[in-house]
Amino acid sequence: MRSKDLRTVLMAAALQPAEDDPVAVAEQRARIDAIIAEHAPKAGSTMLILNEIQSQIGHVSKPMQNYIAEKLRIPLKDVFGVITFYSFFTMKPRGKHRVAFCLGTACYVSGAEMLIEKAQQLLGVKLGETTPDRKFTIEPCRCLGACSQAPAIIVDDNVHGRNTPDRVVTVLRKYERV
Amino acid sequence: MPDEFYRSHILLCQDPECLAKGANDIEEALLRELDAHGLRDEVNLLETSRLGHCHTGPEIVVYPEGVTYINLTPAAVTEIVNEHLLKGRVAKKYLFTGEARKDEELRAPTAKEIRIIMARCGVIDPENIEDYIADDGYAALAKALLQMTPRQVIDQVLQSGLRGRGGAGFPTGKKWEFAAAQKSDVKYIICNADEGDPGAFMNRRVLEGDPHSVLEGMIIAGYAFGAHQGYIYCRAEYPIAVRTLKIALRQAREFGFFGKNILGTGFDFDVELRIGAGAFVCGEETALMASIEGRRGEPRPRPPFPAVAGLWGKPTIINNVETLANVPNIIRHGAAWFAQIGTEKTKGTKTFTLAGDVVRTGLIEVPLGITLREVVFDVAGGIKDGKGFKAIQTGGPMGGCIPEHLLDTPLDYENLGALGSIMGSGGLVVMDDTTCMVDIARFFMDFIQDESCGKCVPCRIGTRRILEILQRICAGDGEEGDIEQLERLSKYILAGSLCGLGQGAPNPILTTIKHFRAEYEAHIKEKRCPAKVCKGLITYRILDTCPGCMVCARNCPSKAITGEKQKVHVINTDLCERCGICMTVCKFDTIVVE
Ligand SMILES: Cc1cc2nc3c(=O)[nH]c(=O)nc-3n(C[C@H](O)[C@H](O)[C@H](O)COP(=O)(O)O)c2cc1C
Ligand code: FES
Repeated sequence: MRSKDLRTVLMAAALQPAEDDPVAVAEQRARIDAIIAEHAPKAGSTMLILNEIQSQIGHVSKPMQNYIAEKLRIPLKDVFGVITFYSFFTMKPRGKHRVAFCLGTACYVSGAEMLIEKAQQLLGVKLGETTPDRKFTIEPCRCLGACSQAPAIIVDDNVHGRNTPDRVVTVLRKYERV
Repeated sequence: MPDEFYRSHILLCQDPECLAKGANDIEEALLRELDAHGLRDEVNLLETSRLGHCHTGPEIVVYPEGVTYINLTPAAVTEIVNEHLLKGRVAKKYLFTGEARKDEELRAPTAKEIRIIMARCGVIDPENIEDYIADDGYAALAKALLQMTPRQVIDQVLQSGLRGRGGAGFPTGKKWEFAAAQKSDVKYIICNADEGDPGAFMNRRVLEGDPHSVLEGMIIAGYAFGAHQGYIYCRAEYPIAVRTLKIALRQAREFGFFGKNILGTGFDFDVELRIGAGAFVCGEETALMASIEGRRGEPRPRPPFPAVAGLWGKPTIINNVETLANVPNIIRHGAAWFAQIGTEKTKGTKTFTLAGDVVRTGLIEVPLGITLREVVFDVAGGIKDGKGFKAIQTGGPMGGCIPEHLLDTPLDYENLGALGSIMGSGGLVVMDDTTCMVDIARFFMDFIQDESCGKCVPCRIGTRRILEILQRICAGDGEEGDIEQLERLSKYILAGSLCGLGQGAPNPILTTIKHFRAEYEAHIKEKRCPAKVCKGLITYRILDTCPGCMVCARNCPSKAITGEKQKVHVINTDLCERCGICMTVCKFDTIVVE
């Protein structure tokens, strides 16, 4: 096979939805359709649609990107390019709880790295990974605007301030149960 | 809305700290209880920003009695609804009786502060437009639309001397004048609420505490240079600001401040809210516009300036949240009133956020021209824990570090520029003498590296090379000539980068080299980190006085500590990751860094 053909084949394979991919699940696909229908008429709709899908479905897989691009009648690269540019978009589902550690200046100088070490030890995964039970995904993040309570972390939509390694353990234990 | 009366109002604090303690559960419980007793039409539940006792949160205040309840649980809610709302007596168990505690982020102003931008924050209910109107809100809009021509509005802003609060300090009136001169039937005004500088949160507080002041400023700006459509670009990290803005927009529309024929003057204006997706560079104006257009947030060269060809190629003005929030005050009180505050070249007040090693962290608003020393020692109460002052970092990742001997510099755009730093959005991070300046430089370069959009070579590759050199120095592998190499690379990046991100990226490096060169040299020549921070240059050791409590061994993430109960423990330096957790958990101060 010529390399170009091979690329086409590989690409087509990557875009083929697995059976649990949101575009292959009727109820989720209906949600995606509704989001697209609501925002598509607005100018600059790609970001609006992706933001909404990311927050409602939790990720934007490659088959989803393909689906969105076709619906919007734009090149796939314009969707993929946006997804890879902004840190809020993920292509794989996160764990049940997203735990993000602020690495802004104020948090960094007040010991954010210690919190990360502790969380990695406790959960047994590295930054950017999800625990095998899919309960937690831990990631770094940018300043949360809670700098006067540094070091800060955010779990889902809740900011926790004035952390110590011990306090992180307490916080994570609390979310483990829910 | 105006014709609904409630016998009680419950304010529920939605500060991050209260949310963390379960304010959402309290809200659910309250709604459930109110429903169960058929009180939904009589009792009004309002979500507010910080009420002030968040360390004992979640908390609510019940009006008209003005009773504060703290330490709430869903069970407590049941009791409070029963006792307070049904039986009319105070539920003593959860009553807050201490002295009213101050909002720790925004305290009562000290002698050197003036509150203009922050005047309403924490005072009015941001989710009720009537509170804003009662405090002369939208009066400036009425004055501008009914009594002034667009030209007169621009003149007032010009004469006031207002300069952009987003960082560069460009005169706002001038910008509007450019846009007014453009012949185009479509123009846009964008409010930059991307506030990406780590350590800065002043825009968030305005949006959460006084959103209508920003909206009013936008309509006035639109009127002044002929825009009928506005966009607010708010970062996704601020969910509460987004929610408050949505409510404010809806209410302002209901009251006829947005839409067609505003105040019967024939002027049409509307605003749409757009949310970012976590990219620092989107605070840069051309990147921000690309993002609103739904593309990757990559900056483009200027000219053409946005005022000539901006969003979708149309003349566009981008102003910071605080710039816009100043506008209604200027229109209402006049340019002369505004111009009397501040210095010769920089008028008005500026909000700053203080973070790091000072006694009172949080948000302040001071007249421009105040010295850094006054800010650090008078307003913020000096360095905490009795340590010494080392440096103050201004202007975020594109700013610089300013040492003790320059603290008497009056704060304004020119002075900070002369020190190799910038005003930025006003984030100030104070560092005590346990901070390593080489490590701080490395930290900022790491940030820039991560956030560089990658479009231009000097920024993408240049900052990577700088980061590699700094990483080497911090690891103890610094070489003779590294400092000169850093300076050279900085010069090229500064001159060759496409946007403000790259052009400002060398500032943290150049200022730390300039003011803390000896510290770089200690790392490179003596392989020593004087502040004992850089992991490659320090070791942890347990003193012989260790009572063997085993706490450190249990807490060590790398299992580098061994020892038996009641015997002195030892750290295996090969396994030790130098995270410092052992030191924080040791109750006997027997662990030292060397
Ligand atoms: C990398 C970068 C990030 C920026 N981030 C912000 C920001 O978060 N908020 C802001 O108002 N301006 C930011 N600016 C400045 C804007 O480009 C622009 O100058 C400003 O919004 C203009 O508004 P003003 O005239 O009211 O200050 C940033 C600039 C650069 C180069
Ligand atoms: S630096 Fe962490 S919240 Fe601002």
